[in-house]
Amino acid sequence: MTEVANAERKSITHTASSAERRPWPRWAITLASIICALALWEIFGRNINPVFGSYPSAIAVAFWELARSGQLGSALYDSLRPFVIGYALAIVLGVPLGLIVGGSRAAGAALGIYVTAGYAMPLVALVPLLILWLGLGFAVKVAVIFLMSVFPICINTWAGVMAVPKTLIEVGKSFVAPNAVILRRIVLPATLPYIMAGIRLAVGRAVVGMVIAEFFTTISGLGAVIINSANNFDTATMFVPIIILMVMAIGLNWLIGWVERRIAPWQAEIAGRDRE
Amino acid sequence: MGEVTFAEVSKQFTLRVAGEVQHVQALDRVSFNVRDGEIVALIGPSGCGKTTALRVAMGLDAASGGRVTVDGNEVRGCGYDRGMVFQHAELLPWLNALQNVMFGLEMKGVRGAELSDTAMKYLDLVGLADSRNRRPHQLSGGMKQRVGIARALAIDPKVLLMDEPFGALDAQTRESMQTELLDIHARTKKTILFVTHDLDEAVLIADRIVVMREGRVREVIDVPLSRPRPDLGLVRGLREFSETRYRVWRLLHDAQTVQ
Repeated sequence: MTEVANAERKSITHTASSAERRPWPRWAITLASIICALALWEIFGRNINPVFGSYPSAIAVAFWELARSGQLGSALYDSLRPFVIGYALAIVLGVPLGLIVGGSRAAGAALGIYVTAGYAMPLVALVPLLILWLGLGFAVKVAVIFLMSVFPICINTWAGVMAVPKTLIEVGKSFVAPNAVILRRIVLPATLPYIMAGIRLAVGRAVVGMVIAEFFTTISGLGAVIINSANNFDTATMFVPIIILMVMAIGLNWLIGWVERRIAPWQAEIAGRDRE
Repeated sequence: MGEVTFAEVSKQFTLRVAGEVQHVQALDRVSFNVRDGEIVALIGPSGCGKTTALRVAMGLDAASGGRVTVDGNEVRGCGYDRGMVFQHAELLPWLNALQNVMFGLEMKGVRGAELSDTAMKYLDLVGLADSRNRRPHQLSGGMKQRVGIARALAIDPKVLLMDEPFGALDAQTRESMQTELLDIHARTKKTILFVTHDLDEAVLIADRIVVMREGRVREVIDVPLSRPRPDLGLVRGLREFSETRYRVWRLLHDAQTVQ
């Protein structure tokens, strides 16, 4: 019992010392950083020929015009449809595949090599082949996004399974749990932080896959806005979808982090990150 | 009932050290028995095979020769007649204390009200009913190990197998856990086989001490201390305690000088 009392005393002194210093909240630091970056870009961007570069206020004007004409809305819709499906498919198939490759010796030996190779596969070079198989439309876009994002998810899940402490599995064994139950009740929850890290990494790859697909198949969506405005030397408009995609990736990352804190709260608590 | 018998148990490991294959004889024809309701300590220098013996009894490792029986039934893999308490408790970090105790029961097929009632009963037995909602990282080392003991006891095994259960605790917590273990033993009458490297702990808790050395049983020593032993501080002052402790110490000391 004295240990608990000690632990509580420690946490009290911890809050007291941090209250004295009153550090800036994280969001305020991030906001200040963004404001500084935008201000610098605005100041220096104005002195550059508008074909070679742009600056925030010009991009904001271009954004407003794209949005008002309805072009942006329909481009966003065209892009997001294959994105959501390809990315969701990558999660639904990548996680179980990673669990199997990591969890079974035979599956690891038989399939692991394809996962490792697939991760490094130069997908852009395969796009023409994918077009031959799947045509120029919706399916090929889903396929490119899926192939870009499934491997980081799978590899992370796999690495997570390999990192599960042997003794935790022995706890399951000591209670005569069958392998399937050990996989579901012990390996899966222990792997969850790795799975979420893989899903996060895959966001960036899925966005890149989406733009690649729109460049090399039917030119459509946000990718089309980029290409068309670049061809017209309208650099400000070209930046609009690029920035939208970056903001979208940040938003998705935040959302995944939020989901992770909901379904795996113990992880942040163990690491001591719950105090922030 | 809960009688454990080691009959000529051997265990070999194959290790690859710097490209060379080495055979390690972890257990060499180990024979001893644990009577029903008895507490037996396995003690010896590290690498003497005491943990391996416990793992073979649990069914986590298979013996290369000989056999372990529990009430005459040969051990083949894990079973609900034995409950294991791990060295570092090994609670599942995503479950709270109650859910951790429930885990073993669920595996055994207990469902419904009986599941939570039984888990609560054993959490109460180790004095942690109020901490049932805490997750492992919110528990101190001693509390974690109590949950580990409750989890193993909840499936109502015949034998409790403990692998250096208090080895990672500080001296003060360890002493209170030793008293608590004796109290739990008095109430549940379980057979207990536990591994320790702590001489005092072996003498304080056990009825008999199996001294191991290089994979063999060197001697089995009776502890001439009566039960119950409610005040272990008092026991430490007894002549029988110091004499037994010295006997075991000599055996371990010889083993080390020979090495």
